[in-house]
Amino acid sequence: MKKFGLALLAPIIALAFAIGVAALALLAVGVSPVEAFGLMWDFGTTTTSIASIINRAIPLYISAVAVAIGFQMKMFNIGVEGQYLVAALFAGWVGGSIVVWAPLHIAIVIAVAVTVGALWAGIAGALKVTRGVNEVVATIMLNFIGFSVVGFFLGNFFAVDSGALNQSTPPLPESGQIPGLNWIFTTLGFTEPRGTELQGFLIVAILIGIGYYLLVWKTRFGFDLRASGANPGAARMSGVNPKKMILYTMLLSGGVAGMVGLSTMFGKLHAYTQDFPRGLGFAGIAVALLGRNGAIGMALGALLFGFMERSALILDLNGIPKEVVQIIQGVVVLAVVIAYEVVDRFIRARELKAANEATKAIGSNGQEVAA
Amino acid sequence: MADSDRAIELIDITKTYPGVLANDGVNLSVGLGEIHAIVGENGAGKSTLMNILYGMQSPDSGIIKVRGEEVTFSSPKDAIAEGIGMVHQHFMLADNLTVLENIVLGDEPTKGVALDYSYARDKINTLAKQYGMPLDPDAMVEFLTIGERQRVEIMKVLYRGATILILDEPTAVLVPQEVDDLFDSLKELQAEGVTIIFISHKLDEVLSVSNAITVMRAGRTVASVLPSDVTAHQLAELMVGSELPKPEAGESTVTDIIELSISGLTSLHSDGRIAVDDVSFEIHQGEIVGIAGIEGNGQSELVDAIMGVRAATSGTILLSGVDISNDDTKDRRTDGIGIIPGDRHRQGLLLDSSLWENTMLGHQTQPPFEKHGFVDKKGAKARTTEVVERFDVRTPSVDVTAAALSGGNQQKLIVGKEMMASPKVLIAAHPTRGIDVGAQAAIWKELRDARADGLAVLLISADLEELIGLSDTLLVMFDGAIVAELEPAEVTPTTLGSHMTGVKIEEAS
Amino acid sequence: MTTDTKSPSTSTKRNPFADMTPARKYTLYLVAGLLVLSIVQLLEGTNQLTAPGTWSAALRLTVPIMLAGLGGLYSERSGVVNIGLEGMMIAGTWFGAYAGWQWGPWWGVALGVAGGALFGLVHAVATVTFAVDQIVSGVAINILAAGSMRFLSSVIYTPETGGGATQSPRIQDFIGTFDVPLISDWANTIADKGWFFISDASGIIAGLTTGVSWLTLLALSFIPATWWILWRTKWGLRLRSAGENPWAAESLGVPVLRMKYWGVTLSGGLAGMGGAYLVVVQAGIYREGMTAGRGYIGLGAMIFGNYNPFGLLAGAGIFGYSDALRLRQDSVHGILLLIAIGIALLMIVSLIRKNYQAALSQAVFAFLFFLWWVLTDDVPGQIVTATPYIITLLVLALATQRLRMPAADGIPYRKGEGH
Repeated sequence: MKKFGLALLAPIIALAFAIGVAALALLAVGVSPVEAFGLMWDFGTTTTSIASIINRAIPLYISAVAVAIGFQMKMFNIGVEGQYLVAALFAGWVGGSIVVWAPLHIAIVIAVAVTVGALWAGIAGALKVTRGVNEVVATIMLNFIGFSVVGFFLGNFFAVDSGALNQSTPPLPESGQIPGLNWIFTTLGFTEPRGTELQGFLIVAILIGIGYYLLVWKTRFGFDLRASGANPGAARMSGVNPKKMILYTMLLSGGVAGMVGLSTMFGKLHAYTQDFPRGLGFAGIAVALLGRNGAIGMALGALLFGFMERSALILDLNGIPKEVVQIIQGVVVLAVVIAYEVVDRFIRARELKAANEATKAIGSNGQEVAA
Repeated sequence: MADSDRAIELIDITKTYPGVLANDGVNLSVGLGEIHAIVGENGAGKSTLMNILYGMQSPDSGIIKVRGEEVTFSSPKDAIAEGIGMVHQHFMLADNLTVLENIVLGDEPTKGVALDYSYARDKINTLAKQYGMPLDPDAMVEFLTIGERQRVEIMKVLYRGATILILDEPTAVLVPQEVDDLFDSLKELQAEGVTIIFISHKLDEVLSVSNAITVMRAGRTVASVLPSDVTAHQLAELMVGSELPKPEAGESTVTDIIELSISGLTSLHSDGRIAVDDVSFEIHQGEIVGIAGIEGNGQSELVDAIMGVRAATSGTILLSGVDISNDDTKDRRTDGIGIIPGDRHRQGLLLDSSLWENTMLGHQTQPPFEKHGFVDKKGAKARTTEVVERFDVRTPSVDVTAAALSGGNQQKLIVGKEMMASPKVLIAAHPTRGIDVGAQAAIWKELRDARADGLAVLLISADLEELIGLSDTLLVMFDGAIVAELEPAEVTPTTLGSHMTGVKIEEAS
Repeated sequence: MTTDTKSPSTSTKRNPFADMTPARKYTLYLVAGLLVLSIVQLLEGTNQLTAPGTWSAALRLTVPIMLAGLGGLYSERSGVVNIGLEGMMIAGTWFGAYAGWQWGPWWGVALGVAGGALFGLVHAVATVTFAVDQIVSGVAINILAAGSMRFLSSVIYTPETGGGATQSPRIQDFIGTFDVPLISDWANTIADKGWFFISDASGIIAGLTTGVSWLTLLALSFIPATWWILWRTKWGLRLRSAGENPWAAESLGVPVLRMKYWGVTLSGGLAGMGGAYLVVVQAGIYREGMTAGRGYIGLGAMIFGNYNPFGLLAGAGIFGYSDALRLRQDSVHGILLLIAIGIALLMIVSLIRKNYQAALSQAVFAFLFFLWWVLTDDVPGQIVTATPYIITLLVLALATQRLRMPAADGIPYRKGEGH
């Protein structure tokens, strides 16, 4: 269990460092960090806030999982941003255009989102497999192209009123909405959140997390995935087909990415609108890095980011620039990857020492010497 | 002043790495203008000693004297300033830079901010003529032969005014004819006053060219002799400390049943050059077919093609009579082809994964490693424990990462896991590279036992003793093609060396 | 380290292109390209493809991409992959606007470079000293840069007139422009005449020589300067060695880690300059998101240019040109035909090289674009906005060249590892 403790060490150090930097930034503009953080904490721990935090964390988590699937294979799906928007658009339009039995309706919407997301990511995967195009540049380009595609389809085909300032797909009928979970709070004896409904999509997010964990660490596909990321040459020699692997990974990643916008769609906006939340794709990358691609780590990271964004709202009301949260987020991402590297080296050095002790203890028959 | 007929004196040098005593009170004395050989087995401490002499490492204790004066080196630049130059066994050349750029790097002649190319070119040409080592300064290193690359490496140190040359296993990648060329160059250098220290484990060569020999074993100097006073056999005994393992003559276990049949296998490089050239051979059950050849003549490409990792443009591969030429790598492995890869770090291990996960590598779709699509951790650990015990892999547990193991133990793990997966055909590429003598003998025994049980083995090795000792049939590869089939018991070094360099010989074989 | 025995000359495929000297080859490309443009214009009934206005704009739009790509070049040549160019460019826009507003446009350039270099330094620390995965660090830098600029904006710009959390006040002044004497007038006159091919050619010349910003001139000078620095100086050789074989370089006493720091920090500075250019030559203010992916497009240009400055310029030029075209509505439709013909030419080259597989896929694409051009009169607005990104993808996907990446690019280098 010592390893678990060490694993937490890095993000904690990084967070502390990031808070320190933010404190400096606040001091520089004449704000008391203690006051600012205090306000954030008080505001952020109310029941209403907790519901809001979890709601914010849901899409962040799903986005992080999508990115992490790619990361396991050292593939960088930076295109989650475009994938989830395109997927949400089509899913919203389909969902708003049909009326069926509720569970089926919801399933269809999810299915459309997953498929579209997978296909959009698949373009980058196919380009990499067939033409060797670097997936980082490809997915980023596809993000921008995705924005255009969304605008095109929404404006010309899908919008209920294309003259409106905030165009929207037809709203989801009742059968296409997922009920909220506020009753959990009341059952547990807390006050009911006001003005916020804990989104039912939370259940799906948890399922996605469990599925991710099982897939990556318990299945043979997951073994192949991790091996391909750790040592492509060895993975190849062991029978893994690299092209298939790349394609499957991108499809999987894109499929999960497609679901990022669904919690908002089911729980709040009930349609795809022009002011649909943006930036979840990039935030997902940050959360994946923070959680080091671990199912639980990313959940904690998502909650952290959700907490920061929620509690920042109170800052505005007190004349403190809420963008300080952006600084914490940015610094913590960079700091955590450095911290992970440092902690890793420490662990590796320890293991090397232990193995050397074992070698010496067993006997010096045939020592290999650095020749 | 100082006594100056000794070019180098190393007195009582000691150096330890974590868990390993590399040099234990080593003494070395090299005369000016001498060609001095240091011999010893893998792991005797020769390279460490030379790294210390060259300033890449500092000794824990001991004295270094150059031309009679005591010196301390904190980096290679200090050693270079004293006129010492080192040519490493693994060439340190940048393929995409020219010969000239590789040579002057770090010591560039400048005209203001700009590189003075004409000065460099002149100097290189002059040196090349003076020492009899022709070189084209503007050639791209990528296109040079190994012998030419070695010349660039030597020129690197001569350019910096080295008068004491250290050569680390210089003939490891050369064939007999190229070795002769190199030794001629060394003699010419000696005539110009250069002192040469070279490390080798090839005793015939050492005896033929050196003026003095120091023998190292297990981190210590065990003898300093003159070539005229010893025979190769005596040297070998000093090196190993006991009888040399002899190639075992045993009963042939070769059967009639063809397990692996390769015919007309051809594969190309990405730029269209031929990598594997119409290769055909058969391996029977109970047979070890060895392939000799200088590294880089298509052996690794051949292995990759047989495994399906590399595309073949033509040819067929039959396993137990079944055509697998179009099969996926995965299918070829599950059908029974095992492989001990030549480059364990690049193709054989997941360094940051645990040992039991490494055991799965190559067999992850089969029991005991997979169950209904899920990883069978218990089964994997159990098998790993078996491998560790049977093949003497030194490790505190099966959960440590592979990176924590020494190179030799890593190799033992790989050999063990492949052999315990009961393959029909085992491709063993340099199976005992980096392994100490004791473990090497143990692996040879395992291979022989498995052969007696009917295993078909394709053995690729640069260790001629290993090849000759184990093979039932010996093939030679040159330029991607099989150029000879020889009888291991009757082959001579000259015949082998000639085939390996593509020389045609008129000789009743 | 390869131990292959190879002979140098057998690998060149015998085809007419291989025998031409580079000068001849590029002249051929130039003339052929111009002819295609003229023909397409004729068919489309427009003169926007070669109009001076278009090419002026193309030049202005090329420079930031080129600067970002050049930054990428220095970094990758030293062996470090730099995805963070976008973030460094963002820093350049912000600092460029701030200094431009406070003190003047050239101060904007200076501070923009400094801002980008700062983030470059951070990337260097993470990847060189801590050997963090280079792409991860690059992505983290982008996030950090975006976030910090947003913070700075809200603090500094909001209280000012014309400013806000996502926007800065106007800068004092733009960088001055000039016309190339004689040539500019002459070219403009001929361009107006409407003669096939000749007017088109001089339209291009007019665009490239009229109203050129001094910063453009400075930036363009970096291209031959970079070639000279990297291939003719001691520093440049050492930088390249860090990216080709850092272990060999270390063994010869080259301070590899220091070279990488230089390469990466410089790359940040250049990207920062690209960002500053966006402000002090084009927009006049800082606006959040104004870089619009140009850092990444610059990377694409660098890859397209095979990691050398002249190829990079060509790549950036293609993107800049397409960016300029999309702002001229009636010319966008013509782009389709242009693309179709371009791909068709590639197909012919593939056929000559006997690369049938590539020729087939290129034929398919050429045909699809041709169909699109034939079947439509117009290209919808949103697709137009996506043009540069689509072009980038197309270029990367279709240009099958043998790319020569620095051999040790992207590999984390730890000192003293030996080999």
